[in-house]
Amino acid sequence: MADLSVNIGELKMKNPVMTASGTFGYGEEFEDFINIERIGGIIVKGTTLHKREGNPYPRMAETPSGMLNAVGLQNKGAKYFAEHIYPRIKSLDTNIIVNVSGSAIDDYVKTAEIINELDNISAIELNISCPNVKEGGMAFGVTTTGACSVVKAVREAYKKTLIVKLSPNVTDISEIARSAEDSGADSVSLINTLLGMAIDAERKRPLLSTITGGLSGPAVKPIALRMVWQVANAVKIPVIGMGGIMDWKDAVEFMLAGASAIQIGTANFIDPTITIQVEEGINDYLERHEIKSVRDIIGALEV
Amino acid sequence: MYLCQLNTNIPSSITHMKKFILDLIVTENARLNTNYVLLKMTASSTLPDMLPGQFAELLVDGSQKTFLRRPISINFVDKERNEVWFLIQIVGDGTKHLAEVIPGNKVNVIFPLGNSFTMPQTPSKKLLLVGGGVGTAPMLYLGEQLARNGCIPTFLLGSRSKNDLLQLNEFALYGDVHTTTEDGSHGEKGYVTQHSILNKVQFDQIYTCGPKLMMMAVARYAKERNIACEVSLENTMACGIGACLCCVENTTEGHLCVCTEGPIFNINKLLWQI
Repeated sequence: MADLSVNIGELKMKNPVMTASGTFGYGEEFEDFINIERIGGIIVKGTTLHKREGNPYPRMAETPSGMLNAVGLQNKGAKYFAEHIYPRIKSLDTNIIVNVSGSAIDDYVKTAEIINELDNISAIELNISCPNVKEGGMAFGVTTTGACSVVKAVREAYKKTLIVKLSPNVTDISEIARSAEDSGADSVSLINTLLGMAIDAERKRPLLSTITGGLSGPAVKPIALRMVWQVANAVKIPVIGMGGIMDWKDAVEFMLAGASAIQIGTANFIDPTITIQVEEGINDYLERHEIKSVRDIIGALEV
Repeated sequence: MYLCQLNTNIPSSITHMKKFILDLIVTENARLNTNYVLLKMTASSTLPDMLPGQFAELLVDGSQKTFLRRPISINFVDKERNEVWFLIQIVGDGTKHLAEVIPGNKVNVIFPLGNSFTMPQTPSKKLLLVGGGVGTAPMLYLGEQLARNGCIPTFLLGSRSKNDLLQLNEFALYGDVHTTTEDGSHGEKGYVTQHSILNKVQFDQIYTCGPKLMMMAVARYAKERNIACEVSLENTMACGIGACLCCVENTTEGHLCVCTEGPIFNINKLLWQI
């Protein structure tokens, strides 16, 4: 067995496999299929200060090698999470990370303060890249000043590991990553979904209630890999890579490009056991290449 | 008016039914007509318990255009033969590939998913099961389970023409079968909601699955006569296990996942304009 442990700032993980927010519920949904404690880190559903009903149905459209979603951060709010969901999952022997979203800086800060009080939540992932909410969300993630203002404010309120999730819907993602780093982020995760669209030609109507939505799945992987490579070369803090990872090989590619850990998202919808398979596959890869630690493949791409 | 008592204890236990991911083995692929196949599958071990109204997520192999699993109703469970049946309507590339499996092939299936139809607490002879198109699929297993519990279900099955009316012999094993076709080639001509049985019998409970407009018409009929009515929804979904929140239906309790809090809903919970 190779050493699979990695660190993201002060966050210690038994392996680099994490689950992407909004694709793994609160972990409980997957307990029939796998031992979720084997996962390095579980990033739970995007949480906002107040309850959100999300966008109207239809929210999903299947696309070639991927899917569009427009869920719009449906969740019961930070207080509900702290009082009702956290007690159910807090004793899990893995890192539980809360994805924090908002539409105003004050909301982000207040949500982060609520989560900061929860002892067994080891980090937050600040979502400044959701394409499916009208105000806020991605608006903060597409300019350096926007990213800087929200990350700085949350950094003051939140004492543990702060991961900032970046949007690919920008001209230069490295510049946003650097401003997150300069504002106090411990890590950046990327990519969130790419803004896309699907149309029903027969009905002459969009397939999503919101017209546009976020594209995920293997269709986005080459873009995600390129962005992880660019960002890993632009910042000193650890990078968490995601975007269309469907198997261990994809995961290894992201790590070679510079990711210290990876997140599995859409693949959870197709195979609820995929996280464990990826973890095992990474181990097999390391053993086959006689590499002692997974940390040795981070950014090990030879060019 | 007598309304049959409904067993409200069932749903809470259903939500804790363990889900499985298994490679099922195809035992039979029967082409019922140009658009439909009936797939029978077994497992190397005893199949888990399944309830009427539940569904499965089938993985499609070999279709480049199909990314997600296909949610398919449980059509029937043959415990003696350790078989589960899926009635597949060929709609797109995914179902086209599913329809091409042959005996011996493996299909990866996540099941059983979702809640189930509420079984009456006392045996009733006035249960109406309305199915339209591929929506007849869950009605067969429901009918069999009702008959097993001492009920005599009345099936009302509708389609465009007689070629699309499926499994009529199987339905007849468990109750009275009535049909409508839009072209009048079988049963009464018209829609299910125009069938004469609806004016002859005062039913205790209605269960329905089919096109949304049909289910809305059935729900309207039930509401007008104050008959308890459950519908099976088939909102577009990705995961099938309550993780992605894509398949939501707007209800009196807000957005609920059809895959976990459905697919069976009492019409009083829905916000349909009926």
